Amino acid sequence: MTLHLSILLWLPAAAGLAGLLGGRTVARVLAPVAALLALAYAILVVADFDSSARGLQYVTDKLWISQLGIHYKLGVDGLNLFLILLTTVLFAASTLWALQREWRDERTFWFHFLLAETAVLGALMAQDLALFVAFFDLMLIPFFFLTGIWGNPGRIPAVTKLVIYTLVGSLLMLAAAIATGVLTAQQGGGELSFAFSDLARTHLAKGTQEWIFLCFAAAFLVKMPLFPVHGWMPDGYRAMPLPVLAVFSGVLSKVAAYGFLRVVTPLFPDAAVHYQDLMLLIALASVLYGSAMAFTTTDTRLILGYSSIAQLGFIVLGIFSLTPQGAQGAILQSVNHGLVVAPAFFILALLAQRAGGSEDLRDMGGLAFRAPVLATLFLVVAFANLAMPGSSNFVGEFFILLGVFQAKIVIAIVAFTGVVLASVYTLRLFIRAMHNRVGPRAESRELSVRDGIVLVPLVAAIIALAFYPQLPLHKSEKTVTSSVREANALSGTPAPAQAFTGGKTP
Amino acid sequence: MTPKGPHIDWAGLSPLVALLAGATVVLLVGLLRPRFIREHVVPALALLTTLATAGLTIWQLDERKSLVSGALALDGLSTTLTLIFAAAGAATVVLSWRAVAPRESAHGEFYSLVLTSLAGMVVLAWAQNTVSLFLGLELLSIPLYVLCATEMRRATSLEAGLKYLVIGSVGSATLLYGLALIYGATGSTQYAGIARAIGDRGLSDDALLLTGIALTIVGMAFKASVAPFHQWTPDVYEGAPTPVTAFMAVATKAAAFGVFLRFFDSALIDAQLTWGPLLAALAAFTIIVGNVGALGQSSLKRLLAYSSVAQAGYMLAGVVVSTKLGVQATVFYLAVYLVMNLAAFAVIIARERETVLGDDISALNGLGSSRPALAWPMTVAMLSLAGIPATAGFMGKFFLIEATVDGNYAWLGVVIVIGSMISLAYYLRVVAAIWMRDAPVVAPAGSDAVAAAAPRPALAGGSPDSAVQAPLTAGADAAGSGRAWELTATAMLFGAATLVLGIVPQPLFDLVARAGDAFTNLV
Repeated sequence: MTLHLSILLWLPAAAGLAGLLGGRTVARVLAPVAALLALAYAILVVADFDSSARGLQYVTDKLWISQLGIHYKLGVDGLNLFLILLTTVLFAASTLWALQREWRDERTFWFHFLLAETAVLGALMAQDLALFVAFFDLMLIPFFFLTGIWGNPGRIPAVTKLVIYTLVGSLLMLAAAIATGVLTAQQGGGELSFAFSDLARTHLAKGTQEWIFLCFAAAFLVKMPLFPVHGWMPDGYRAMPLPVLAVFSGVLSKVAAYGFLRVVTPLFPDAAVHYQDLMLLIALASVLYGSAMAFTTTDTRLILGYSSIAQLGFIVLGIFSLTPQGAQGAILQSVNHGLVVAPAFFILALLAQRAGGSEDLRDMGGLAFRAPVLATLFLVVAFANLAMPGSSNFVGEFFILLGVFQAKIVIAIVAFTGVVLASVYTLRLFIRAMHNRVGPRAESRELSVRDGIVLVPLVAAIIALAFYPQLPLHKSEKTVTSSVREANALSGTPAPAQAFTGGKTP
Repeated sequence: MTPKGPHIDWAGLSPLVALLAGATVVLLVGLLRPRFIREHVVPALALLTTLATAGLTIWQLDERKSLVSGALALDGLSTTLTLIFAAAGAATVVLSWRAVAPRESAHGEFYSLVLTSLAGMVVLAWAQNTVSLFLGLELLSIPLYVLCATEMRRATSLEAGLKYLVIGSVGSATLLYGLALIYGATGSTQYAGIARAIGDRGLSDDALLLTGIALTIVGMAFKASVAPFHQWTPDVYEGAPTPVTAFMAVATKAAAFGVFLRFFDSALIDAQLTWGPLLAALAAFTIIVGNVGALGQSSLKRLLAYSSVAQAGYMLAGVVVSTKLGVQATVFYLAVYLVMNLAAFAVIIARERETVLGDDISALNGLGSSRPALAWPMTVAMLSLAGIPATAGFMGKFFLIEATVDGNYAWLGVVIVIGSMISLAYYLRVVAAIWMRDAPVVAPAGSDAVAAAAPRPALAGGSPDSAVQAPLTAGADAAGSGRAWELTATAMLFGAATLVLGIVPQPLFDLVARAGDAFTNLV
């Protein structure tokens, strides 16, 4: 079947633009239609994807700007397949959630929201470094507006901080990306081209790779965020409107993790090995710091925010184990975390409604009393978040730790504590919100049908993935392995001749 | 025996002739009595002149020839820059229509000065020897000194004119001295002759020549507002009538960089090792100074003035590398800079007429909900100036950084990036004002037209709980101005162009490729 990725990519933005020009009603109709159609299209791509084939599928390749050697090249392989699906799932869910609420100047809201979906999908599908960087930077702009216009009090300083933080990294990445293209062309003597396939043919000198690596790492680490560069996170998370936060936390951080596997490890393998220890230590620090913060703060948004830092620490651990298992675990864990964090934010919103509008853990408590369905959904999400054996998150973390174990045993041992800490903060959140003494203004109420429409499918997806984690593992295996192959060979970590083939769960 | 006149290539000179003829016609028609003719026919004629210039330039687009015994040259760089000048001129005429400045200074004279200044730019960009360079520079500058002071009843306008005159003259004098020293060292006023002399006689470390180069750089830096010779920029930009500010920002900048490219990348190319590091240091300094200076500004015109200093630094990086790619990137950025700045200035002018806040950033508060047709172009312009993808500014920066890395000045590319980071802080402040702050309410200016005409009156009443409150626009409407469709249309046009060039930049790339081809000596 011929599937055109351009359709999937531009559908949301086109609907947003039509809504902006057409008026409020048009926008409200087009937004869910576009989001659901994109989801359907993504499911089609996943179903049609040939997991036995190597390399990119459904490639669109046009020379965009000949003088600069920039291609409009889109493609899907094992690395981005499930992240694309995740993006469309979360955007569809958030669209349905946001549709039930009132927004000031609604046309503009939907325009930015759908533009954000296009930008994220573009960053995931781009197979040209310049195009990737363009979409990666563009992705932030709709969130700037969504937070700045429709956010919570204190939003303007918060969102300015967020944008400056992340664009500092992104602009360094822009310089590094251009340098990569130009220097590769100079070194290889070929035509200037930013397509990944052309860049991968020649590797830059080790010293050049190293400064370029640092620029890319800065961009990705800020976007995730990881420990020393997470300064924008608390304010940013508090200021964002909830449906926006759900996609921001669920998807954008994954694009950064994906960037490491798409750009950094294949193009700069020497630098990846050179900085492996540094990256592992940053990731480890994030796991410990994120966990510690998550079980000390009482703001529920921040609990999830810090837990995301910890989870992304795990993902980076997997990537920089530079082993196929670790990388596979990282991709699986990216999908898992996205699927967990978005419903968790929706549940928080419901809890806040029931706790008199407060998002503070001290005002909650006893909310499970008359809401067994809500409590059950929350429990499933919580178990997935703490990587209960049997959940897909468990498989993801297992793979990551397996990879790290092969690479750096000491780091793996310390990282194991992160698994324990995850259960501490997740269970603390669950127990203090749902059980314990009833909060001062708390009132237990069951989930309404319209909220259930959003939450139940997401939780069902978590459960489905728990039963069948082989699906993403199997489809992504070939590409992920090749993405870290060179770095793996350089790092000297003994890798099994063949990575996990997806047949059997350990 | 009849004396034989020299051959005059009228076709090649036609864009310049059109401008000068237009300037004369506009001046004369402006003398007619009927108000309609002065207020509407004169601007229409001026607009027609700029469009005719553009049309004639397009007609001559593929010509490559030397004009007026080698004083001027028609080549890729000339034509590309002339198109930029014509676009800037046309926009200035539209923005000045119904503005205060031409009303106060007699319409014919105002538009005639704009056209003369444009003619100076054309001469400057086409110049092939230092004499026509200086001629063009003065033809450009002198009308501008007057234009800055055309709002005669406003002290700041007069101050801006005087300041520009003094500083501009210092700049011109320095440049002239530099050119004289270069002539003394090389014995030629022709660019080609200078280049030959430097190359053949190995003059690149000759003291006389180096002093000349240094003084030339200083003189040109004044015109292009390159730090540390930029101090006049914020004051003059703020004081001048806003349409004139827009004209100075985009057209003068393009002319100054045209001559930078021509003089340094062709006449002085063999001394590149000497002036390259110096210009690179200036570029880096300019980028930092401009961006840091813009941070605390609350006047939009001052903000854009500092931003124009910073952008001059970016463009200087394209001159420094001395490659075809660098030339193309600089010219590309000039074109991009034109569209995004004109979109921004059109919005500022519109808000100056609609509100009593003048060019203060608070005049934009709540624009997103009250005037989306102005809010979107301004947003796009600011994001483009900051270099956000999907806008022309991103392409421009991408091209410039690529040129610096390619020309072994990768560190300068990193400085450009650092400058962009700093610039986010103030560009985003403007965007935040448009979309995220509510429109302020003040007591209506009512019949007190003086309050509305003053550049930046205090908020009337001042206290938030004053008895009668009304949206700001009410006060401005009472002052007799109101919404001008041509400003909205200009803002929308250039805003759309900023987006289109960010998504489909190929035509512009093809155009600037011609500019690069003018430099046969570069790789």
